[in-house]
Amino acid sequence: MKVMAQMAMVMNLDKCIGCHTCSVTCKQVWTNKSGAEHVWFNNVETRPGQGYPRTYEDQDKWKGGWTLNKRGKLKLKAGGRLKNLATIFSNPNLPGINDYYEPWTYDYENLTTAPAQDHMPVARPKSLLTGENTEITWSSNWDDDLAGSVEHGHNDPILKQVGDKIKFEYEQAFMFYLPRICEHCLNPSCVASCPTGAIYKREEDGIVLVDQDRCRGWRQCVTGCPYKKMYFNHKTGKVEKCTFCYPRIEIGQPTICSETCVGRLRYLGLMFYDQDSVLEAASTTDEHGLYEAQRDVFLDPKDPEVIRQARLADIPEDWIEAAQRSPIWSLINEYKVALPLHPEYRTMPMVWYIPPLSPVVDAVSETGEDAERKDNLFAAIDRLRIPIEYLAGLFTAGDTAPVDKVLRKLAAMRSYMRDINMGWETNESIAEAVGMTGQEIKDMYRLLAIAKYDERYVIPPAHYEDAHKLENIATECSLNVDGGPGMGGMDASFGADPNMGADPGVSSYNGPARPEGVRINLLNWNGQGTPDGLFPDGNDKP
Amino acid sequence: MATVLDVFLWLIFPYICLTIFVLGHIVRYRYDKFGWTSRSSQMYEDSILRWANPMFHFGILAVFVGHVMGLGIPQSWTDAVGISHEAYHFMAISVGALAGVFTIVGLIGLLYRRRFTKLVLGATTKMDKLMYLMLGIVILSGLVNTGSGAVGDYNYREGVSVWFRSIFYFNPRPELMPDAPLSFQIHALAAIALFALWPFTRLVHAFTAPLGYFFRPYVLYRSRDAHEGSRARRRGWDKVDTIPRRR
Ligand code: HEM
Ligand code: SF4
Ligand code: SF4
Repeated sequence: MKVMAQMAMVMNLDKCIGCHTCSVTCKQVWTNKSGAEHVWFNNVETRPGQGYPRTYEDQDKWKGGWTLNKRGKLKLKAGGRLKNLATIFSNPNLPGINDYYEPWTYDYENLTTAPAQDHMPVARPKSLLTGENTEITWSSNWDDDLAGSVEHGHNDPILKQVGDKIKFEYEQAFMFYLPRICEHCLNPSCVASCPTGAIYKREEDGIVLVDQDRCRGWRQCVTGCPYKKMYFNHKTGKVEKCTFCYPRIEIGQPTICSETCVGRLRYLGLMFYDQDSVLEAASTTDEHGLYEAQRDVFLDPKDPEVIRQARLADIPEDWIEAAQRSPIWSLINEYKVALPLHPEYRTMPMVWYIPPLSPVVDAVSETGEDAERKDNLFAAIDRLRIPIEYLAGLFTAGDTAPVDKVLRKLAAMRSYMRDINMGWETNESIAEAVGMTGQEIKDMYRLLAIAKYDERYVIPPAHYEDAHKLENIATECSLNVDGGPGMGGMDASFGADPNMGADPGVSSYNGPARPEGVRINLLNWNGQGTPDGLFPDGNDKP
Repeated sequence: MATVLDVFLWLIFPYICLTIFVLGHIVRYRYDKFGWTSRSSQMYEDSILRWANPMFHFGILAVFVGHVMGLGIPQSWTDAVGISHEAYHFMAISVGALAGVFTIVGLIGLLYRRRFTKLVLGATTKMDKLMYLMLGIVILSGLVNTGSGAVGDYNYREGVSVWFRSIFYFNPRPELMPDAPLSFQIHALAAIALFALWPFTRLVHAFTAPLGYFFRPYVLYRSRDAHEGSRARRRGWDKVDTIPRRR
């Protein structure tokens, strides 16, 4: 057994309102630069829909991830090492810019410089690649809220598996949002397909990163990643990917997408896993077995033997303790309500999802029945085969049984908690119907519905005695080069700020200290606590 | 007797260019690793690149191997192992011509898309243009050499090759070059100039051909400790020690 720690995420899809705040804040932090216009480390897809880049899930076409060869051994779907190098001059499975979209801006200048004329001047869209007028025909969320799905919806690769049974007529449509980031896989095919070896998985927390100095732009990893979360920066000629906001994680803060999530649906925490058993689990013959196989790779952080091995592996005490409190562990292995995205790609993804019950609830309420009664919900789960097959196509390689189970648990929680909230008598049979106790349901409810910041994000900081080695405290940020992912975003004070973590109620980026007699600048107040100068101290003249 | 111009062209100029070539690569590798890439344009245009780029590369790599043999291996060695001049000549010309044609057809494809695909044109730098100009001259004149080798009677293995090796022996023999046919002179000069340009263009990517891929495990792990913002710490930049705060 070799214990490794992995920073992981779970998203509760029922709560996603599709606001794209996560995508925007992520872009603002990491990829708001020329050459990375099409790069969305975090994107939110409406499902059913084609996703981003379009139809990325169709691995017959894009050849991402791993498959098993005839002898049952793992191999890269795009081909082995020889094939990789033989196709280096022209990658046969590379998405083109049009599979993303042609980035554009608007000719705003025309609005102020156009001569006086009868018609309002307009700001025409201009291609950022050619500088010429362009027509906007696609973007990262063009099919948001099923827009245009009558025309495009049938291209959804998962729908094709389900067999085109879903109608896109407005009344019959079901939809939900799927926010996606890099999965920081345990068996990352991006790392495996990089000819140079520029991509690596961090030993300490499993975050997968691209060394920008070693990347040579061979762009084979873009094909390798089945989730298409490797993005080629067409200006720098290097590949960039979601960093799991490692500079924040290292100081115990959640990723930007989690921090700013409006639905508060993201959970962050550690998972311990046995590195020695990853390959075997990823080689499970039956695709339907992959979900369970991956769960078996995880190690119970409360098991004394695991703790002993973790110490032997030099995992610090506070990390072990954080792993024991990890909401990820609870959601994946205790309540078993979180499922992996596309386990059939065999990369062992580490961003998991609680599938949405809302299509079921909506279907029941539309009939006018009580959508909080267990029996109605259970009957609907049995009846609504298409949404459930669709969810299974996303989360369990098409096996509906685990999805069924999760949805039943969520439905049971809904009705059980309704009784409590209404002040009615609790009905233990509801809990028993899904093999849980009332207390377990209440605990799960607490975690899913009302968990506060520090319960949702259990992030042990990287070790301070290691701090001089951490990237973000380097006197000069290595990412701070023109076109680099840091590009002026961080400076030396980031992370080295003595106020950091002291919860002063004031943003730590508050610039110069408050001069004597001057009240607080509200723009710098983060909304927590009552810092000095927020209220007049009585001596202030009115 | 070599004139002053000859000495400059066939002695001074090569040494200047090769020095720039070596130092340029060292400096660039050290200070601009981030710029070290092939700057793939496949995302912009795929249908021409699909055939042209492999053709060009397989061609030019074969040409490279040919040059190593033709310039690097003295005629006395091949004579010694009993390869007749005619046999060697026939092989060099036929394989060379095939590789040359591959290269040039690929190059034409690449140039066509550079010029006529708007997205690719938009991403083309001045340096790219200069590089393609030099590359074009070198490849074209090289192909002329191969052609003239088939009909003419100049034995480059007793002229140009000896001169080329003499540069690396630091025992230069510039007097061998004025007698070479014009196309050989142009080819040699343009190639030498291209070497000086090399470290400042995307051509640097050729030196990091990822052959290590065959010998490494698929999944790589790195400790935070092993690197620091991915650059090695430079002398004089050791960090101030921090007091351990917690464990
Ligand atoms: C030996 C290993 C080499 C490898 C693995 C390699 C690989 C590549 C790759 C992946 C590209 C990017 C193609 C794209 O997607 O746009 C490229 C472009 C290019 N390479 Fe190489 N190359 C090698 C050697 C060379 C050599 C020896 C030369 C020339 C003397 C060369 C000249 C070029 C040129 C001119 C381009 C630009 C093509 C264009 O986009 O117009 N390469 N190479
Ligand atoms: S999801 Fe992330 S870690 Fe997994 S293969 Fe893709 S880029 Fe690599
Ligand atoms: S911010 Fe949260 S709620 Fe909004 S789209 Fe992103 S994941 Fe969904």
